[in-house]
Amino acid sequence: MTTVSSYQEPEAQGAERRPDDVMADDVIRVMAPDGTVIDDIGIDDETAVALYQAMLRTRIVDDRAVTLQRQGRIGFHIGSLGEEASIIGSAFALRDQDWIFPCYREFGAALLRGLSMQTYMDNLYGNANDIVKGRQMPDHWCDREHRIASVSSPIGTQITNAVGFAWAAALKNDPLAVLVYFGDGATSSNEFHNGLNFAGVNATPTVFLCRNNGWAISVPTDKQTASESFAAKGVAYGVPAVRVDGNDVFAVLKVTRDALTRASAGEGPTLIEAITYRLSGHSTSDDPTRYRPEGEAEAWEQRDPLLRMRRYLAERVNWGDAEQASAEQAIHHEVKAAIEVSENTPKPALETLFEGVYAEMPWHLREQQAELLAGTRAPGHGE
Amino acid sequence: MSTTTMRYREAIRSAIDEEMVRDKNVFLMGEEVGHYQGAYKVSEGLLEKFGENRVIDTPIAECGFAGIGIGAAMTGLRPVIEFMTWNFSAVAFDQILNNAAKMRQMSGGQFNVPIVFRGPNASARQVGSQHSHAMEHFYAHIPGLKVVAPATPADAKGLLKTAIRDNNPVIFLESETLYTFKGEVPDEPDYTVPFGKGRVAREGKDCTIISWSRLLQVSLQAAETLAADGIDVEVIDLRSLRPLDEDLLIASIEKTHRAVVAYEGWPYGGVGAEIVDRLQRLAFDELDAPVLRVCNLDVPMPYNAALEQQVIPQANRIIDAVRQVSYRQ
Repeated sequence: MTTVSSYQEPEAQGAERRPDDVMADDVIRVMAPDGTVIDDIGIDDETAVALYQAMLRTRIVDDRAVTLQRQGRIGFHIGSLGEEASIIGSAFALRDQDWIFPCYREFGAALLRGLSMQTYMDNLYGNANDIVKGRQMPDHWCDREHRIASVSSPIGTQITNAVGFAWAAALKNDPLAVLVYFGDGATSSNEFHNGLNFAGVNATPTVFLCRNNGWAISVPTDKQTASESFAAKGVAYGVPAVRVDGNDVFAVLKVTRDALTRASAGEGPTLIEAITYRLSGHSTSDDPTRYRPEGEAEAWEQRDPLLRMRRYLAERVNWGDAEQASAEQAIHHEVKAAIEVSENTPKPALETLFEGVYAEMPWHLREQQAELLAGTRAPGHGE
Repeated sequence: MSTTTMRYREAIRSAIDEEMVRDKNVFLMGEEVGHYQGAYKVSEGLLEKFGENRVIDTPIAECGFAGIGIGAAMTGLRPVIEFMTWNFSAVAFDQILNNAAKMRQMSGGQFNVPIVFRGPNASARQVGSQHSHAMEHFYAHIPGLKVVAPATPADAKGLLKTAIRDNNPVIFLESETLYTFKGEVPDEPDYTVPFGKGRVAREGKDCTIISWSRLLQVSLQAAETLAADGIDVEVIDLRSLRPLDEDLLIASIEKTHRAVVAYEGWPYGGVGAEIVDRLQRLAFDELDAPVLRVCNLDVPMPYNAALEQQVIPQANRIIDAVRQVSYRQ
C-alpha cells in the first residue's frame, strides 16, 4: 500500500451539482480524507481497528481473486476495490438479527458477518464444498446462517425481494431490518422504483444502500440520471434519503445506524446514497481504460478509504508500517491457506446437479440422473 | 362424499379462504384484491374476513409485487399472488424465472420459495392482442416451476389447495370464461387434487383428445358431435401441465391409437408440441396416424369477434382434426 503524505480536496461543483459531487454541502462526512475527525461519533479505537482490518481483508482478498482469475485458476471475479468503506461501514452497523440482500460486490460484508474465508474461496472455485454447490458464478453466494440472501445477477431484482422480506418480518412482529445493496445503475431498474414505492407505502424496515460508484459498467452517472443525486429519488417515494461520503467508513456506519434506528422504531425505510468510486473494472471481464476519462481514477485513489483510515489510525493508535505489515501478512496467510484447500477440493458430484430444482426430486429428474450416471460423460472445461 | 354446486370462481375463493383459515402464513396479494373485491370477484369477502394484513392491495406493478411476494416467501410465509390477468405477468417474468423458480437451486438449498401465482389466462372474448395470451407455454418451459390449469370447479379448488401447500413455486392458470362455470365440489375440507395426475373426462375408444382449461369444455362439445357421427372419442383433462401425466396419455393411446391435442396458444413450440413429442417417443408403435394439434392461428389475437373466433380453436376445428386422424373425412 502506498502512503499519500499530502492531500488536496477537490472543489465542490456548486450550482452544477451532480451525483458524483462528493464535496456537495449535503454529503455527510465524519472523517476528512486526511484522517482528521470532523464530527466525533464516539467510535472507540478497538472498533476503528476492526473496521480497518475488515476493509484491508476485503482489499487483499479482492486483489488475490483478480490474480486467480488472470491466472485462469477461477473463472470470474467481481469485487469492491475502492468501495470497501461503503460495504464494511454499512454491514458493521447491522445488529445480529438484521439481514443483508446483497448486490454482487459485497463479499467483504459476508466475510465480516462470519462467512469463512474457506467457504468464500470454495465459492470462487465452484467446488464440492461451494455453499451454492457449483451452481452459480463466482461471487454469487448465499449464506442463510449469517442472514445473507442470494446474490442476484439481474440488476435490481434483490431490491423488491428485500422489501418483501422486511415487510413480511414486520407482519410477523420479527424485530429485524433488511439492508439491501445495489449500485447507481440499479436506480434505473423496475425494482428500484417498485421496491422504494412499496417500502414507502408500507413503511417497511428496509435500508436501501446505493453504492454510487460513478459507473454502471461503462455508463457514467450523467447518462444514468438527470437528477442532481440518486438520493433525490427518495423524495418521490416518500422515503427519507441521505447522501454520505462512501469512502468515509465512520460516516457510512453512522448513517446506516441512524437508518436502522428509524427502521426498528417503525418509522420505515431510508435510502442511503454512498458516494464512492469503482477503482477496478466492472468485473474481471471488463477493461475500464477503454471508457474512463484519464486521471479520474487517479484522483479517486487520493480518496482511497483505506488510506483515510490508515491516516486516522496512525494518529490515534500509532498504526505504523510494522502494524500494517503484520496485518497484511496474517490476511495473506489466511487467503493462501484457503486457496490451497479449495484447489484440492474435487468438483461437485454429478448427482448433485439434480438436487434442489424442486423441493422433492421429480421422477423425470431421477431418470435423467440415472441416465447421466450410467452413460458417457461429457468432458468438463479443461478436462 | 357430500358436494356443493359452485361456480369456478367460488371454488377458487373457497380454496384460498380455507387455506388462509388453516395456515396463518397464507396471504393474498395483488391489484384490486381487497377493497375492490377482486377484478373478477374471486377474492370477494376475503378482506372483510381476514383483514388488511392478509389481503393486500398493491401498487400497480406486477414486477414489484411478484418480487415482494418472493421475499415474503423467503421468510416462510406462503403468498398467493394474483395477477389481474396472466398477460400482465410478462413484466414479472424475470422475478418468476430468475428468483422464484431458481432460488432453491441457486442458494444450494438454503431457501424455499413456497408461492402461488394465479389469475385468469388465455382468451377472454374480445380483449385483443395484449390481453389474450396463453402463458402456460412460457412458464411450463422452466424447471423449478409447477404449472396447473384446471377446467372444472372441483379441480380448481383441489388443485389450488395443493398449490398453496406445495413447497415449490406454482403457476395456477384460471380462465375468465370459466369463472361462471358451475360444477359439484366436494365439501371435505382436506379435499385436494394431486399434481401430475390428469383425468379421463370422457371415455371413448376411437381417438383421444388431450386438453386442459377452457378448451377441455370445447373438446367435450366436439366429442358429443362426433359421437352422433359414430366416432367414440376419449377426452383427457390434463389438469397439470408440469408435471405431466405421461402414463395416462400412453394408456389412452394404447386404447385409441389416435390423438389430437386441443389448446389455446400459438403453434410454435409450447405444451402441445411437448405432448406430441412424448406420444411419438413413448408410443410410436401404438399410433395409427400422426398426432395433430388444434391451437391458435399464428397471429396476435384480433379484437373483432368474428376474426377472434377464427383464431381460437373451436369445436369444428377439433372435429375436423379428429376426422382427419381417424381417416373419416
